[in-house]
Amino acid sequence: MSTVISVENISKAYRLGTIGGADLSDDFARWWAKMRGRPDPLAKIGEEHHARLMGEDFWALDDVSFDVKEGEVLGIIGRNGAGKSTLLKILSQVTAPTSGEVKIKGRIASLLEVGTGFHPDLTGRENVFLNGSILGMTKEEIKRKFDEIVAFSEIEEFIDTPVKRYSSGMYVRLAFAVAAHLEPEILIVDEVLAVGDAQFQQKCVGKMGQASRAGRTVLFVSHNLSVVCSLCSRALLLDGGRITSEGLAADVVSAYVQSSATSKGEVTWDGEPNSNNGRLRLGRARTLSGGQVTANVHIDKPLAVQYDFEVLRAGLNVSTSIHLHDKYGTCVLASGTGPRVLESGWYRHSCVFPANFLNDGRYTISILLISDITRFEVSVPEALSFVVHEAKGREGWLGEVIGCIRPHLQWEEIPLEPAAANL
Amino acid sequence: MTEEALKADLRLIEAEPSEGWTTRITPHRGWLDWRLGQLWRYRDLIGLFVWRDFVSAYKQTVLGPAWHVIQPLLTTLMFTIIFSRVARLSTDGIPPFLFYLIGSVAWGYFANNLTKTSVTFVGNAHLLGKVYFHRLVLPISVAVSNLITFAIQLGIFLVALTFFWMTGYRPHFTAWILFTPLFLFMMAGYGLGGGIIVSALTTRYRDLANLVSFGVQLLMYATPVIYPVSIIPERYRWINDLNPLAPIMEGFRLAFLGAGTVDVSQLAVSFCVMLGVLVVGLMLFTHVERTFMDTV
Repeated sequence: MSTVISVENISKAYRLGTIGGADLSDDFARWWAKMRGRPDPLAKIGEEHHARLMGEDFWALDDVSFDVKEGEVLGIIGRNGAGKSTLLKILSQVTAPTSGEVKIKGRIASLLEVGTGFHPDLTGRENVFLNGSILGMTKEEIKRKFDEIVAFSEIEEFIDTPVKRYSSGMYVRLAFAVAAHLEPEILIVDEVLAVGDAQFQQKCVGKMGQASRAGRTVLFVSHNLSVVCSLCSRALLLDGGRITSEGLAADVVSAYVQSSATSKGEVTWDGEPNSNNGRLRLGRARTLSGGQVTANVHIDKPLAVQYDFEVLRAGLNVSTSIHLHDKYGTCVLASGTGPRVLESGWYRHSCVFPANFLNDGRYTISILLISDITRFEVSVPEALSFVVHEAKGREGWLGEVIGCIRPHLQWEEIPLEPAAANL
Repeated sequence: MTEEALKADLRLIEAEPSEGWTTRITPHRGWLDWRLGQLWRYRDLIGLFVWRDFVSAYKQTVLGPAWHVIQPLLTTLMFTIIFSRVARLSTDGIPPFLFYLIGSVAWGYFANNLTKTSVTFVGNAHLLGKVYFHRLVLPISVAVSNLITFAIQLGIFLVALTFFWMTGYRPHFTAWILFTPLFLFMMAGYGLGGGIIVSALTTRYRDLANLVSFGVQLLMYATPVIYPVSIIPERYRWINDLNPLAPIMEGFRLAFLGAGTVDVSQLAVSFCVMLGVLVVGLMLFTHVERTFMDTV
């Protein structure tokens, strides 16, 4: 299969601090000095050449190269600030790289946001045409697909209402419906699946799968690792502007989860403020097995999760909860305490996962401190991580056991009489 | 590898056939690499932007598109009262109302082009930061929407002219009327060229945005819009001759009302200056277009 996108040594620097801040007289002084072949009069001594290259610049992407083959669905994952969005911006030609070159074969469309260019005063119908056209469809194409788009969005009855009267869900549905009907040879998608309700999201994932089966090349950035696993054939892991892992999607995803796990069994946040507005503060969190702080637990032993937090304002209505994610990023469960009015001071919440409950592999725990039932005061994603190890002496199937959990269920076996078996 | 060998390798790579690549994204683009041919692909988008500007401007207004009519009429009425009745400026023997109407309609086309295209980058940052299309689509669609406004307003002028004709005034259309498309083109060129120069510079120097509406206002008084060239004393005529917009404004009046002072050579110079402004605008625009998202 031929290569349709070739990214060669792409780097992108952003200037820190004085972004866009410029003074005409400074610029003029620089220009005048340059015209006479003098050094930059405004550069600090000793920094004449490297100031721009090393000092004040932030490299969002640093020498990134990769190829994408025709019909491939490539997932791009990484932490916030790893350079994913910058990479997509360069591929979408929204901004130019600082160095390097990208070569693309075929019609390309990018979806960095749903509903780009929607005008609130125009009706749904009018916006379908406007948005479709901005994304690169021709008027004819939109006319042809119009009914399909409206049907997909499920908002037929409101199509002639100005979109500013739409609920946010309806708005997103219509916007995604337009995007879903783009038929470029190469599609670039950024996080747009993280919108709408669960049912609609499922529909969107289905549509993306369809696009890839139709032989379209798709580049897909997401935080939803299970979607990356199920949709993408290959994935890239970006970290600090560099590619740190590349290969089969499932492998890269688990490499990412491994690398982002703390795996010490205990985390302390001192000095580091993790509170949104100074009402609650998370101090320490740990996982324990057999009374010991550890990040390793056997599958047939219980695991305790414990965290200490400080109530900084007396009389706050506090509840806390944890989200447990498996190595593919799928949320296994959420559990928490009921709301209770607490005096100021330190508190410890803990809970226990029973033995023979989780599957083997790595899990991460996110901790949430909540006030008044709905206000997220502290939210620490992937605060803790731990590994559930296979117990010794397992019988029968020795390969991987699939699934998020592996509880011991009660199985029965009843020998049947030949008469009863002859149904 | 030695440096020479490396260079030779690089040359080999460059010499490779393009292998059917349709898009190349590189850090820099030439000052003259305007890719105007690409614009044809975006004709639907230009049409839709024009239509959006037209439709959305009058949603939830009582008078709707009538504002296209009311605005120049009120401006003209005010000019007539202040400059003709109060200040008693000459209008070359033309009924003051018609004189000011053609002036404000023609000047309006230029002024709207300039002020609206001057915010191309800053005003559309949310759109330009999310999707690629040829960036010139935006200023061009502005010029086209303004052309529609101009056509409507020219219609009003013709209605007013008919009215004056019925009350006994005899307008003198001249052969200059055939030059109307040229005058319009030049107005568009100046407005667009100036606008995109400003829009490119405002990505760096935000102050310019404040200067534009004020500057256009001043420029109007420096250009024979509300007065004919003929009232400028001979000694100061050279100042007017330096203004490339002057022959266009006088040309409009000469075409539709038969009174004005237009020198063909002055018009030719103005045309060349317009091309120069347009070229400089396109160069700056092309240069800024690629990275302005990082500074806006």
